[in-house]
Amino acid sequence: MRSDFGARLGLMLLAGCLTAGSARAEDAPPNCEVPAYLLSSESSLPKVAEAVNSGKPLSILVVGSRSSSIASSEASAYPARLQAMLKEKLPSVPISLSVELQTAKTAEEAAATLVKLVEAKNPTLVIWQTGTVDAMRSIDPDDFRSALDQGVVALQNAGTDVVLINLQYSPRTETMISAPPYLDSMRVVAQQHDIPLFDRFAMMHHWNDSGDFDLFSTSHGTDLAKRVHDCLGRALATFVIDAAHLNPAQQN
Amino acid sequence: MTSIADQIAGPPVADAAALAKDDAVAAAAPAITLPVAGERELRLDLFRGLALWLIFIDHLPPSILTWFTIRNYGFSDATEIFIFISGYTAAFVYGRAMLQAGFVVATARILRRVWQIYVAHVFLFTIFLAEISYVATSFENPLYTEEMGIMDFLKQPDVTIVQALLLRFRPVNMDVLPLYIVLMLFLPLILWLMKWKADVTLALSAGLYALTWHYDLYLTAYPNGVWFFNPFAWQLLFVFGAWCAMGGARRMSRILSSPVTMWISIVYLVAALYVTLTWHVPQLGHMLPHRVEEWMYPIDKTDLDVLRFAHFLALALITARFLPKDWSGLKSPWLRPLILCGQHSLEIFCLGVFLAFAGHFVLAEVSGGAALHALVSICGILIMSGMAWLISWYKHSADKGASKTKGTGGNADMAGGGA
Repeated sequence: MRSDFGARLGLMLLAGCLTAGSARAEDAPPNCEVPAYLLSSESSLPKVAEAVNSGKPLSILVVGSRSSSIASSEASAYPARLQAMLKEKLPSVPISLSVELQTAKTAEEAAATLVKLVEAKNPTLVIWQTGTVDAMRSIDPDDFRSALDQGVVALQNAGTDVVLINLQYSPRTETMISAPPYLDSMRVVAQQHDIPLFDRFAMMHHWNDSGDFDLFSTSHGTDLAKRVHDCLGRALATFVIDAAHLNPAQQN
Repeated sequence: MTSIADQIAGPPVADAAALAKDDAVAAAAPAITLPVAGERELRLDLFRGLALWLIFIDHLPPSILTWFTIRNYGFSDATEIFIFISGYTAAFVYGRAMLQAGFVVATARILRRVWQIYVAHVFLFTIFLAEISYVATSFENPLYTEEMGIMDFLKQPDVTIVQALLLRFRPVNMDVLPLYIVLMLFLPLILWLMKWKADVTLALSAGLYALTWHYDLYLTAYPNGVWFFNPFAWQLLFVFGAWCAMGGARRMSRILSSPVTMWISIVYLVAALYVTLTWHVPQLGHMLPHRVEEWMYPIDKTDLDVLRFAHFLALALITARFLPKDWSGLKSPWLRPLILCGQHSLEIFCLGVFLAFAGHFVLAEVSGGAALHALVSICGILIMSGMAWLISWYKHSADKGASKTKGTGGNADMAGGGA
């Protein structure tokens, strides 16, 4: 029985290996489909929904570290792509978006600046991308979690909706940066405050596994980064619309 | 390799023999029991081997095989198994040495072992350094400009390498050996206390664990952060393993064999399984009451959360109960590779860490899909098993040569279990 199982498992793996090999040879199409569960959230964005439904302009602030940008081509980074996709899907809504890059700042350092940023820009929605710097500096996950917690509470008190974006999936640095504790913390904080978490890590992992993108690539060009950010922006637009329970068709 | 293992020659002391006999009488007791000298407790080897395989798989990028690792089905994972069994075997081997040869000699043996583990750790660090230096110079993808900042420590090797030698700078996945070094360093003290009063030692250990949680004790790491496995907390599992080896398991046998304990364990394991499922199937998330979530999370690995410890206890109890010591499967050739790996755990552990590095590297260079991931995992396990077999064969032939002048009472491999 056991040997039979072992043999079958071996065969299955071998077969999987062969099929994967042939799929790779055909060169996967450059689309970036995302499993449906990554594009929807149980939490909602009431402020965004209210603004859109009452015809007010939608103002979005992206707070993030360097992985929210592409050096020397900001227009191709995911925040700009998000804006473009939202405009396409919600043509009747005036959408403004600003990006606040906080290079090399931990969640704690970023959280301290959030209230001032919100006062200055008065956004409807704050998209907070964080975790990478904390993971690189191996900040105590407890401290990271409480910093996140404070930041989210501050944003909610200031009257904005919040979406969290977690780390990038970065296979080359996997042996050096331990992402899981920070991914877990972000999931927990999102759950506690009932805010949507955009699971960038899982998405990029999925694209890498399915062959859509080769994230191991040593290419020095910005082409791959642009395509990944385009897909991220696209997915993020769908995610926001879903979480705010907006109906794009209605807007047309 | 024989030099690595401490020879425990001579007949077991009367005390230990009596203990072993008692255990034989209480055959129904599910507790892990002291084996008679010369006879290995194969279940320990089996599960330590399993822990080594699982740690290896968990250190690789996730693949199909990751779904076979126990951390997906409950709170505790392979680290708990590894540390508990290490405590158990270390106490068993060096405890006996302490009874026979005295405190000083046993301490010297333990320190020699600590040195070996330290050297192994430094060796692994060197390999790690080689790997990432390569990545740092050859990889420059604009998508990961931020993440590549992690390589900045290469710019100041003077600090980094010294911190690594002090065990304060540890790359990802290299946290277990430093924990193990610290625990082994305190083994002489633990054994000495255990010889005096085992239960008091365990109580002291639990006290330290409680203090750790109350006062938030930790060891700092470099450049910042803390030791991923907090020795102040994880010592509880190690000391508990030692306590079981020193007769604690036998004294607890009544509690362990009670059906009430068994059912509590089963209910707890099922509950933990359910909670873990909600992590993987987010749709189940809303089935978990918010209040339970708030009370339960985070389940802390660094400080060995009580939920993890309890989960390990329940798992160990059920395993010991349903897998008797004399189970015929332990002799089956299918489990042989696992048992061999468990018998040479330090070597195989280090090999596993190295293979995990190598596996990352291969996956990065060849950029294969899920199937290649699985293939790399399986190859790694085959290499680990092959190496364990080779070491075992070598030790066996070396022992044969030496045994002409020696008695057969001791078993060198058992001390290899010190790791």
